[in-house]
This record gives sequence, C-alpha cells and structure tokens, in this order.
Amino acid sequence: TEEEGICEAMLLALPLLKRVLKPTVAPSLCNVFTSRYSSHFSYFPDTVPESMGETQRLNLFQSINNALDTALATDNTAVVFGEDVGFGGVFRCTIGLQDKYGKDRVFNTPLCEQGIAGFAIGVAVSGATAIAELQFADYIFPAFDQIVNEAAKYRYRSGNLFDCGNLTFRAPCGAVGHGALYHSQSPEAYFAHTPGLKVVVPRGPIKAKGLLLSCIRDQNPCIFLEPKVLYRSAVEMVPTKDYTLPLSSADILVEGEDITMVAWGTQVHVLREVAELARQQLNVACEVIDLVSILPWDKETVFNSVKKTGRILIAHEAPITNGFGAEIAAVVQSECFLHLEAPVQRVCGFDTPFPHIFEPFYLPDKWRCLSAVKKLLNY
Amino acid sequence: MAAVAKVSWSVINGVRRGLWRYNTILWSLNSRTLCSSLEEQPNFPGSRSKWTEKLDFVQPDLYDGIPVYRVMDRKGNIIDPAYDPKLGEEMVVRMYHRMTLLNTMDRIMYESQRQGRISFYMTNYGEEGTHIGSAAALDEKDLVYGQYREAGVLMWRGFPLDQFMNQCYGNEGDGGKGRQMPVHYGSLAHNFVTISSPLATQMPQAVGSAYAYKRAQNGQCVICYFGEGTSSEGDAHAAFNFSATLECPVIFFCRNNGYAISTPTSEQYRGDGVAARGPAYGMATIRVDGNDVFAVYNVTKAARHITITENRPVLIEAMTYRIGHHSTSDDSSAYRSVDEVRHWDSTQHPIARLRAYMVSQGWWDDTKEKQWKDDCKRQVMQAFARAERRQKPCWKEMFTDVYDKMPDHIKEQYEYMQAHVQEYEDHYPVKNFAKESH
Repeated sequence: TEEEGICEAMLLALPLLKRVLKPTVAPSLCNVFTSRYSSHFSYFPDTVPESMGETQRLNLFQSINNALDTALATDNTAVVFGEDVGFGGVFRCTIGLQDKYGKDRVFNTPLCEQGIAGFAIGVAVSGATAIAELQFADYIFPAFDQIVNEAAKYRYRSGNLFDCGNLTFRAPCGAVGHGALYHSQSPEAYFAHTPGLKVVVPRGPIKAKGLLLSCIRDQNPCIFLEPKVLYRSAVEMVPTKDYTLPLSSADILVEGEDITMVAWGTQVHVLREVAELARQQLNVACEVIDLVSILPWDKETVFNSVKKTGRILIAHEAPITNGFGAEIAAVVQSECFLHLEAPVQRVCGFDTPFPHIFEPFYLPDKWRCLSAVKKLLNY
Repeated sequence: MAAVAKVSWSVINGVRRGLWRYNTILWSLNSRTLCSSLEEQPNFPGSRSKWTEKLDFVQPDLYDGIPVYRVMDRKGNIIDPAYDPKLGEEMVVRMYHRMTLLNTMDRIMYESQRQGRISFYMTNYGEEGTHIGSAAALDEKDLVYGQYREAGVLMWRGFPLDQFMNQCYGNEGDGGKGRQMPVHYGSLAHNFVTISSPLATQMPQAVGSAYAYKRAQNGQCVICYFGEGTSSEGDAHAAFNFSATLECPVIFFCRNNGYAISTPTSEQYRGDGVAARGPAYGMATIRVDGNDVFAVYNVTKAARHITITENRPVLIEAMTYRIGHHSTSDDSSAYRSVDEVRHWDSTQHPIARLRAYMVSQGWWDDTKEKQWKDDCKRQVMQAFARAERRQKPCWKEMFTDVYDKMPDHIKEQYEYMQAHVQEYEDHYPVKNFAKESH
C-alpha cells in the first residue's frame, strides 16, 4: 500500500540521510533521529522446503491475516472479534476480513478486555471457534481472571463435561522501540504458571501462520503472543496453502557444540546474531533454540542440547525475576546437573517496569548476551 | 492513461465543487427552516436526545423505582385472573413437588455438613420460586449459566437426587469427577454449565454462548442467573454491555435476595437496584416478585420470547429473600435479626403461596401434603445413603482433563506420585478411592 511504500522508502533512505545530515546537523540530533528507527536486532528470515508448495512474500501481520482468513474459510463457526478489528485492527492483522466474511463473523466489541475474554469463553463453550484479540498484551490483565480462573480450568473442573478448547487469544507483545511501560510487555510468565493454558510465541511469518492455525484448531485455550516489532520488519516467503505447525516442539535454528542458547519471539533473532559474533570473535559454536511454546514447553530438545554443550544461556525481554527463564533454569539444573560446566546464565529485562527513553539500556541486547557467553566460557 | 485519469479526476472534482455550492445556496434560501430543524436536535455521534437550557441534574430519586410485577398476593390468591398462566394441575403439582423436594434435600444436606459427612453446602431456602418459575418457562435445551444458588433449575430439569449427592460427596458417580467443592453442579445432558466459584464470570460467558446460538440459528436462548451482589462485579457490566451491542438472545436473571453474605443491599448499591441499570445498557427490563412462582413464570416466558424473536437481551430482577445462611460457613445471626428471617420464613414464602393456590384449586390437601412430605424425605434419605457409601474416583483423575490429552510433564508428575503413594501408602486415604478409573 501507499503507506507501506513510504515507510519502506524512509527506512531505505535512512543510511543516505545519515550521511547527508551528519556534516550539516548536530550529531546528537542525528543520532536521535536515526536511533528512533533502528532496532536492536537484525531479522533472520526462515525458508521452507519446496514440498511446502507455492509461497508469497508476506510480513508478520500479513501472514497472521492469512491464517485468520484460512481459519474463517475452513470453519463456518469461527468468529474473530476484539477492539477495532472491524476496520482491520490497529496492526492491520484483520484487514479485509470483515468485508469478506461479514459483520456477524468479524466484529468490534466494546472496550472491555474482561468482556472480550468472558465472551470468547462462552462462544467456545457453545462449540463455536472463538478467536479473540487483545489490542496489546499489556492490557490482558483485566482478562486475567477469565483466562486463569475460567478458561484454563473449564475442562478440569467440569469433569470434561464442558470445555472451551475452541478458544484462542491473540495479543501483540514485546519491545517496539518506544512502547514504554504499556506497549512493550511480555506477559508469558504469568500464563505459564496456569495449568490448562497453552502459550505460544512465533519468531516470524512462516511460523506464525502455522502456529496460529494450530492454536485455533487445538482443543485447549491458547494464548498467541505476537512480537509487534516484527509485524512489518519480519518478511518471509510464506506458503500459500493451509498448514499447521506443531505446538510443543522447539526448533534448533543453528547447531553447535559449545553453548546452548534459548529464546522465543524477537529475542531469537538477537541470539542468532550473538551466535555469529561468538563464532567470529570467540571461535565458539552456539546452538540457538527457539522454544516456540512456553506452555507446555519442549524440555527434551533443551536437555539434549545442554547435555551436549554443558553451558546454557536463556534470554528474554520480560523482567528476570520469575521470568520464564527461571523455570527453564530450574528444570535444566535439576535434569542436567552433572552435564553442566557452568551455572545457567539468564540475560533478561531488568526488574523495573519497561522504560521509555531508557529502552536501549533495558533490553537483553546482543552485547549483554555476548558478555554472558564469555562468562559461560570462562567459568 | 494518465491523461484520461487527470481529466476524469478534474470532472469529479468539478461536480463535487458544484454540489457544495448548490448545498450552500439551498442552505441560505431555506436558512430559517433548515437552521431551525438542525438546531432541533443535537447531532453528536454519541447521543440521540434534545437540547435544554435548564441546568438540571437527573437525581437518583427522580422516580419511584421500577415496579414489582406480581400475579398472586402475599397469600397466594390470583389478583387478576387474566394473568394466571393457567398451567393446569399436573404442571403446578410438579412445580410444587420440585420446590419441596429441593427444600427437603437442602435440609438433609445442610445437616450432613454439620455432621461432618460433606465438607460444605449452600441452601436455597426462600428462593425456590425463582428457580422453578423460571426453569419451567424455558425450553429444556436453553443453556443455563448459574451462580451457585440455582439448584432448583437442575431439579426441574430432572437432574437426579443421586447426582446432586454424588457431587457433594465427590464420589465416583460425580460427573465433575470430584474436582470441585459441593454444590458446584454441572450437567451437559441438562444443559446446565458447571458452576464455578468466582462470581459474575459466567455473565459474559452466557453472552458469548448466546451469540454462538444466534449464529447457529438453533432457536434456543441462554439464561444467566446471578445475585444482586454479583451485579457489582465488572464482569456484570461487561456482560450487559456486550449483550446489547452484539444483540444476543440472553436472559439475565438477577436473584435479588437482600444479602451478599453479610452485605445488605444498602451497602451493595445506591441506585434503584439492578433493574434500573438495564435500560441504561439498552436492555428490556422488568422487576418481579421472585416469591410468586407464576409471576416469575410469566416474565421468563415473555423474556424468552423477546430474546428468541428479536435477538436482544432481557434483564429480569427477581426480588426475594435469602432465608438461609449464605453457606455452612456462615451464621447470619451475626448480621441480621432472627425476627427478620422468621418474618420471611412465614409470610410471602413461595412454597406456601403455591400450596395455597393449589388448595384453592382443589388439587391439594393435608393428606396429600403428609404423604408427599414422607415420600420426599424417603427419596432424599435413600439417595443420601447410596451416595455416602460410594467410593471416591481413582486418584489418577487428579491429573486428567487439564488438557484434552495429558502432556508429558503432567504424565511425569503422575508417575512420580504413583511411586510415592506406593512407598508411603499408609499415609494416604487410598482405600477410599477407586482402584482404576472407568
């Protein structure tokens, strides 16, 4: 679209602008201008084998849109709803869907997260497929009671007479450069603590389409957290066909014998760059694992890797205390104790609310991760 | 191509400009009439009302309060025969049977908790009319979401005494597999969604189910029961708002029984009860004497018709009184007078009023009353004895149904516990639990 084109042009012109501006404008101003648009990671796109068939170039929000389109097309009972989803959503994930499927299937709700969550549960209990959007993961908390006390426990408490398995919550999560306290959070740890839920975080468009379709079709309530900074910047050749990807299965993206590195979402790309830096600067081979699912999580893949390398780094944006890295660390030391050559390292957000102007200092960036790699090697 | 585009664009612009000029000419020609009709109403997107130059607050006591609809007087006499639903002897006697059976079951189960046989219980004393009157007016396939004091709805729909008791005892006959506290009933067969302890959570869920029913065009509605205390929760507000904006066939049935544990209504709300909120959300609303089983029947039947034919929600506020304690963990003499309770236990009682009506119709007498009372007690005691004897479910069921299929990490925890129990068997009540699940 026109808007996209302008954005892309701006991003492409940035290095040129920088060179032009530098001699004429004060360097501090120049840095502020460029640092607002630069990100802390480089995106590493996935590819798919030819057996996946025809592909098209999609970014993350387009692939999610494609998944929702597929879900609505293949399941007559499926409905998509939330705040502002009608016109296309604040991140364009639902663009075109109301026109295509009608207002009774793709619709706005009043501004009320607890209502969205409760309503979604009721839709699912009646056997229809509910796909509910929370506008930002930071605003999922009014819905916490419905999700934790109701959705997660529906099947168990009713003796399997009732369930809300046909329920998926979607929410944009994670750092975006300027989101501050309330547009940057990663709340996966709160939900990982609730038996009965599934929590999934995609790292890119190809994974997102397959994982979202799996969540929608899975017979358990799922929370699908979409790293918002990847909506535009993550572009891949996404298979056009209807496909699903396994939920509780971690991906080994880079193989290595020296260090195991685990992350999810945007942080996976940070670690991929750290792996390259480690190879270049330290001559070590890092094994990069995308956990994919936070709950239930793929312990076996992580254990196999740690038993091979003896050293593990876990990284996530969420604050370190009781972040999901703590769960991984606890289980790894319990199951792989004698294989460990060094204590488990966690590089995470600090125990502060997510700051605005200090974001570059807050994030678990590649330099902090690289420093942790050195710590692991030198123990 | 570009030239054509340029020409057509300037043509369109020209037409637009021309139309605008035409409009302004029209305006000035008819300025007086056009302007005055425009000034007649405010044209804000958010409101559809009139102008006023008087600075007047709408005070909460603007009107007397929504009136209470009734069919019978306090003694059980029909006031206006035109509104007697004329349900006939069989139906009315069945209503009476179910109300009294519920009452009898309550007495025995409350006692059983006091004796330490079950861990917890909640009675329905005084509210039997709200349950039976509303349940009888619904279709058996209408979905019911309850709060916790609606056992009579299940009773009406034929949920067996055995099943009530099995759930309270948490034995292997419990459809809920022993996972929840007593009175957290649920039955798929009777279209009664399993009760959960958090209050008001069922309300937006009822709306969602109603929306799905509307899309499925299955001709059913959803009814959602809740107390006046529960109506203070945010989920209640969410449910009311969603039901109206999304046009859902749901009946909100509020049991206003005067207390939320110890909190009287004067500390729960300051407006005209729950009913006054209905129109504010865009819902058809009615207030009814909850202890008048025919009035409850009539309003529920009428409400159902509105939801089914017009796909919009209805709010019913049934005024009643909680004669019993909140639960077996409560002693209500700590916050209300025994006299007040005695008053409600004797006058306007739903069961007494229905009996008076039946007697006046010649369908009931003292002999039948004694016979039924004995029969009732016998049925309940027998079911009670059966439930008490049964084993608890196999304790493996603690680990199932968390997900549709048991994931590896839960399987590992079960295996760990299996080994642990084997080693420390003497310290676990294993013999009370079934050996293997069915």
